[in-house]
Amino acid sequence: MPSFLKHLRWADWLILTVLVGAAAYVGMRLEGTLNYEWRWHLIPDYILRYREDRQEWFANLLLQGLFATLRICIYAGILAAIFGTILGVARCARNLTVRMLARTYLELLRNIPPVVIIFIFFFFLSQQLIDALNMNAWARGIARSDSAGVWEFFFGDMRRFPSLISGVLVLGLFQAAFVGEIVRAGIQSIPRGQREAARAIGMSGFQEMRYIIMPQALSKVVPPMANQFISLIKDSSIISLISVQELTYKTVELVASTRMIFEAWITTAAFYFVLCFGLSLLFRRLENRD
Amino acid sequence: MTQTPVIVADAIGKSFGDFAALTDVSLSVHQSERVVVCGPSGSGKSTLIRCFNGLENHDAGTLTVDGVALSQDAPEIRQLRQDVGMVFQQFNLFPHLTVLENLMIGPLKVRKLDRAAAEATARKYLERVRIPEQADKRPAQLSGGQQQRVAIARALCMEPRVMLFDEPTSALDPEMIGEVLDVMVELAQTGMTMVVVTHEMGFARKVADRMVFMEAGRIVEISPPDTFFTAPQTDRARVFLDQILEH
Ligand SMILES: Nc1ncnc2c1ncn2[C@@H]1O[C@H](COP(=O)(O)OP(=O)(O)OP(=O)(O)O)[C@@H](O)[C@H]1O
Ligand SMILES: [Mg+2]
Repeated sequence: MPSFLKHLRWADWLILTVLVGAAAYVGMRLEGTLNYEWRWHLIPDYILRYREDRQEWFANLLLQGLFATLRICIYAGILAAIFGTILGVARCARNLTVRMLARTYLELLRNIPPVVIIFIFFFFLSQQLIDALNMNAWARGIARSDSAGVWEFFFGDMRRFPSLISGVLVLGLFQAAFVGEIVRAGIQSIPRGQREAARAIGMSGFQEMRYIIMPQALSKVVPPMANQFISLIKDSSIISLISVQELTYKTVELVASTRMIFEAWITTAAFYFVLCFGLSLLFRRLENRD
Repeated sequence: MTQTPVIVADAIGKSFGDFAALTDVSLSVHQSERVVVCGPSGSGKSTLIRCFNGLENHDAGTLTVDGVALSQDAPEIRQLRQDVGMVFQQFNLFPHLTVLENLMIGPLKVRKLDRAAAEATARKYLERVRIPEQADKRPAQLSGGQQQRVAIARALCMEPRVMLFDEPTSALDPEMIGEVLDVMVELAQTGMTMVVVTHEMGFARKVADRMVFMEAGRIVEISPPDTFFTAPQTDRARVFLDQILEH
């Protein structure tokens, strides 16, 4: 008997029994009442598929979706880090207008449901930007050009480029608010004496921030920022609502065309879990190292 | 040498909300003069010298430092701060920089010297405070006494005309007080204008030209050290001296 079983008390057994019972019930309903036919063997093909005619492997729906999610999260993460840092600094500014603007942004994002925000950003901001820059035509041009391969490595299917940009913008601006709070907390955790010492040698407000406060604050905010990045990956599934073709969107597509409801969603859940949990283990290890 | 004082405070006041931290304070400090400020805790000593480099803004009276009249937001304040060095009780070294970088950052970024000149300045003053061998360490790796000497060197790197010290030895273990005071005595001997808030009466006796005694936000007595320590003019100064000289 494994040693941990010896530590189980009657309450633990009760909880475990209830859980097993619930799982068995769901299983029975699927098997019996719904007459669900499991087709797990088809799932690998929707991840990675071998094309007989061309004799090569290619990423199918789910893996395409995963790559798209990764790309979007990396770009949105960079955008959120930059804009969030600006917001955080603005929250600590001496100028009242600047402080109020940053505060307003944060409170709006904090008190409106994410789905609503995503739609508002999408229609009011990224759509307008994409139209204004005539990005659709530009991206289609790239897709037809010779250098399409390089572009596709970074941005995926170039015909979908505007949609990717929407996703990155919307997600990045959304996460920036929370990054801003992290940065603000970091700045405010630096003792007052540091600012006074900087001012006492004649530094300007900007120099004080740039050379004294920010270097110290940023090294303090690395761990919470890493956690925020994991949140960003999870939140990224929400942009499937604005038709950005990332993992969740691709899963919806897959389910619609194959009816493999449970297999597809369980696989996608596993992708997200492995990605996020893996990153959180990695960050924890990096953090403990120094 | 001009005879205009470096610091002229004329009836200055400073309030925090309802609380008057300074009331009607007048004091002039001349070139090469050493003024030691003492008084009980909360009497406004720190507030006074922090006004001298604009870390606090006085809200009554006039204050002229190095020929510049300080006001709420004098644009000259940054220029002025380069001429007025300050040493804090808690050192306030920059923990993310090495000792040498702590000393160089002012000359580089504020005085806009080139790297070679900034480093030469830094090493010169590190030598002056007798810890040239610690140049590449982080502040956290130094003892308190060494950290405070680095802080003094950092201020000196701006080549100031006046040095302000706010209880530079109060945060130190007793065995490290001497090394910091030695550096300050040497500095006094070079003719630096100094305003020092301290309770180190031995140091005061040795270097002070004038003693300033404060209580409850006012200057109660200004006398030469001989008079101040042997025959203080006010009862309150006498009581204060009895208390701290007992130890
Ligand atoms: N930023 C501030 N806000 C409110 N009150 C303040 C502030 N700074 C100082 N004070 C008050 O002003 C008074 C004088 O403070 P100050 O620090 O100048 O005294 P001090 O003589 O230096 O005392 P100590 O010997 O304890 O350093 C104190 O009562 C203090 O509580
Ligand atoms: Mg004080």
